[in-house]
Amino acid sequence: MTPGLLTWVTFLPALGGLGLALVPRRRSDLARVVALAIAVAVFALAVPLYLTFDGGRADPQFEERAGWMPTLGVSYHIGVDGISLLLVLLTAFLSPLALASAWRAVEERTKEFGIAMLILETGMIGVFVSLDLFLFYVFWEAMLIPMYFVIGVWGGPDRIYAAIKFVLYTLVGSLLMLVAILALYWQHGAATGVYTFDLPVLSRFVLAPGLAQDLMFLAFALAFAIKVPLFPFHTWLPDAHVEAPTAGSVILAGVLLKMGTYGFLRFCLPLFPDASIRFAPWVFALAVIGIIYGAWVSTVQPDLKKLVAYSSVSHLGFVMVGLFTLTAQGLVGGIIQMINHGLSTGALFLLVGMIYERRHTRLIADFGGLWRVIPAFSALFLIVSLSSLGLPGLNGFVGEFLILVGAFQVNRLVAALATSGIVFAAVYLLWMCQRVIFGPVTHPENRRLADLSAREWAVLVPALVLIVWIGVYPVAFTGKTEASVGALIAQVQSKAAAAGVRAR
Amino acid sequence: MQFPAVSVRALLPALIVLGTAGLVLVLDLLPPRARKGHLPVLSLAGIVLALLSTTWLWGEETRAFHGMIVLDGYALFLQLVICYAAGLVVLLSIDYLHERGLESGEYYALVLFATVGMLLMAAAGDLIVVFLSLELMSLSLYVLAGYFRARLASGEAAMKYFLLGAFASAFFLYGIALVYGATGTTNLDRIGASTGRDSLLTIGFALLLVGFGFKISSVPFHMWAPDVYVGAPTSVTVLVATGSKTAAFAALIRVLVSAFRGGQLDSTALLWVLAVATMTVGNVVAIAQSNLKRMLAYSSVAHVGYMLVGLTAGGALGAGAVLFYLLVYTFTTAGAFGVVLLLERAAGEGVSLADYAGLARGHGVLALVLSLFLLSLIGIPPLGGFVGKFYLFGAAVRSGYVGLAVIGVLNSAVASYYYLRLIVYMYMREPEAAPPPSATSFAGGLALAVALAGVIVLGVMPAPFIDLAQAAVTPLLR
Repeated sequence: MTPGLLTWVTFLPALGGLGLALVPRRRSDLARVVALAIAVAVFALAVPLYLTFDGGRADPQFEERAGWMPTLGVSYHIGVDGISLLLVLLTAFLSPLALASAWRAVEERTKEFGIAMLILETGMIGVFVSLDLFLFYVFWEAMLIPMYFVIGVWGGPDRIYAAIKFVLYTLVGSLLMLVAILALYWQHGAATGVYTFDLPVLSRFVLAPGLAQDLMFLAFALAFAIKVPLFPFHTWLPDAHVEAPTAGSVILAGVLLKMGTYGFLRFCLPLFPDASIRFAPWVFALAVIGIIYGAWVSTVQPDLKKLVAYSSVSHLGFVMVGLFTLTAQGLVGGIIQMINHGLSTGALFLLVGMIYERRHTRLIADFGGLWRVIPAFSALFLIVSLSSLGLPGLNGFVGEFLILVGAFQVNRLVAALATSGIVFAAVYLLWMCQRVIFGPVTHPENRRLADLSAREWAVLVPALVLIVWIGVYPVAFTGKTEASVGALIAQVQSKAAAAGVRAR
Repeated sequence: MQFPAVSVRALLPALIVLGTAGLVLVLDLLPPRARKGHLPVLSLAGIVLALLSTTWLWGEETRAFHGMIVLDGYALFLQLVICYAAGLVVLLSIDYLHERGLESGEYYALVLFATVGMLLMAAAGDLIVVFLSLELMSLSLYVLAGYFRARLASGEAAMKYFLLGAFASAFFLYGIALVYGATGTTNLDRIGASTGRDSLLTIGFALLLVGFGFKISSVPFHMWAPDVYVGAPTSVTVLVATGSKTAAFAALIRVLVSAFRGGQLDSTALLWVLAVATMTVGNVVAIAQSNLKRMLAYSSVAHVGYMLVGLTAGGALGAGAVLFYLLVYTFTTAGAFGVVLLLERAAGEGVSLADYAGLARGHGVLALVLSLFLLSLIGIPPLGGFVGKFYLFGAAVRSGYVGLAVIGVLNSAVASYYYLRLIVYMYMREPEAAPPPSATSFAGGLALAVALAGVIVLGVMPAPFIDLAQAAVTPLLR
């Protein structure tokens, strides 16, 4: 089998990372350039995926399949559909930005940093393209280790605590998911005689409703809920975000959290439709608590990075509400909102990292009146904040609007409570902007700050372009997902109905 | 009674190693007395030859000496694992002993004798042969554990190992006697064919299990393991942790599957308890350790617990999973101890967590290699340890032991804490003292390379080895 485009997109980062190991340790400047070049090349390879992807088809495209462990029914099976396509692109898009943002911030062990980030990128893309449960699990777990190093080696003062907490939380969830994967594998095998980890095959299998399905759903859901993170499994997130270097935070918020929501979408809904529908009220409840709680906690944070971190809990609550409405609008909105959150929060972390590099503090109280000193930075900071709070014309509005449209069809109370989250988002984001960039300059140290450099412009502009593009012309992105979303909803409903008939 | 026909084929791997051991003993007496560099090479050659002979004999199914020796795919698979373990031990020993000025012929001869015992245990078809080979292996290991005569800890290790081991042997022998009393035979197949179901057999089986439990260091018979692992020369620790455990598991599985095939007594409840206790105690106690050899000792106890999960699951799937895990475990554990061995200082120091602070700066390659072994021990893909655990817990879920699998994976999560802590020390802390002396050992490096290659190949391309393990257990279950 000759490797196709998708294999290249998936494994080029890790291969490049191994190649990067050959760069001499002293040439940290060269290591930076090589790592960035590899990440840009990966993005260049990923763009054709978007351009040639047929949005009218619901089934996976760019599919590749090869035997791996035939006796166990494990195969190397990858592909993208409308649900994963945008996430693959988001990963390939954010990785070079994250690497470029670390140009000055990571001075020590630059080469190793590049290697870790590139291996991480392979893990993340692999999670999104896997169509085999075993393969998916391999990527899912393998991705933990480079992230562990990124937080633990290049992080802030409390990095070791944060890194271990991150790994342990994730590991507990994913190991229980492993047991559920095995249980599903044997159940499917016993029922059909076909022992396979192939996702499309397993997705067609109608599992009898009952305790077994509920437990399997819960095991998968726990792994994903920790990753999202859904309240009350979110406590690792502020630690990890605050301690991680800027590039790590960008990837963590931009992509890693999406692996949780993607997991719900890709695995929980089609594999356990009956349990998904029955547990949806619980998910709504936790998501709404997360939306409001995350927003409230954000409001009172004195630290910019922590504020952005908690805002993620709130934003991803929206995504979860959208996904579990099981309506076309809710799902498309959820998917778009995943991308939006990756762009807006990623950009916010980049901006916070830039101001931190200048002042070595992230406390809101240490800033004020930045607009007078560094207007370009302040303007971008304001635009990104507005996109994050859902201003019409920017990307955040599209996702939140669609999610709420979906939610109102299903549960008005949930929709009403979620809407309040938008109001609170405006409170904490605007109040943050007010204290950081408006008003008089309260600290003399801030008078001599330098405005954005050319490198920083180059990092921020691509994100801003997409923020505006999605806000103005979302069809360019939603159009790619709608067919797959429609097929998914139809599949969930028909399977739930079939299971219901069997139960009777 | 006629004298049984001598079947050289059935004993070939063991005979090769035995012959090499005799040769090593003889050459040790001959001049030149000063330089003994050729002895380890000869030992290694013998082990490699034995390893090749197992592949040459592949597919063989011979019962020799009235069924006392059974050379089937199962025996050959485990003999292969044992040969790898012994080979890695010899490679790791060369510079380790040389630096301490303790190289001698009897060391290698004893390693080879222990290996002969292990190889025979894998092929034993009779409880008497199990016992004899177990004793051959154990007696050699007792002496090896006390090989550093000048070091107090080494003597203590040998003494503890010997005393507790003698107890375990006595239990084992008593168990054989009771089983013989109940069934009138010590042949595993005939015990399996007997229909007796009395309490004598049950007690006999329980006593056998005590003996095996000691050798595989399952809780509550694990007390000796940490002290012996710490006190013994690290190269001997590798042999105790890998080869002797593989051999004991080989005999245990054969006894469980051939002699006690469910009909007479149901041991799964007992094994379930042993598995849970072994995993949990091993992992929880390992967290508290600051000496790496002791930490790895408890971690190896925990890994025995995982393998007992496979035994509890039973069937071809469970036994095959244990075999595959033994292969992975041998490479991983030998590799992890191998790195510790290379970094150990002459007086047995330099094996505490604090000594590894900032290791990545001074010994980047060793730190990376050790990290990979540790990640494999946690069970992170795409390394061998992941596939091994996947397979074990898969077998448990298949047999309906979902609770056991859940306990197992939660244990893995607990274990990740102390493995990751070592990585934290190596990569995320600054060195506290001067970095340990640079460890340059060609043979040691070769051993680590082989072990690492094993761990990676078993993780990325496990399919052929899984098939081999499955094929190896099918003759047992017939």
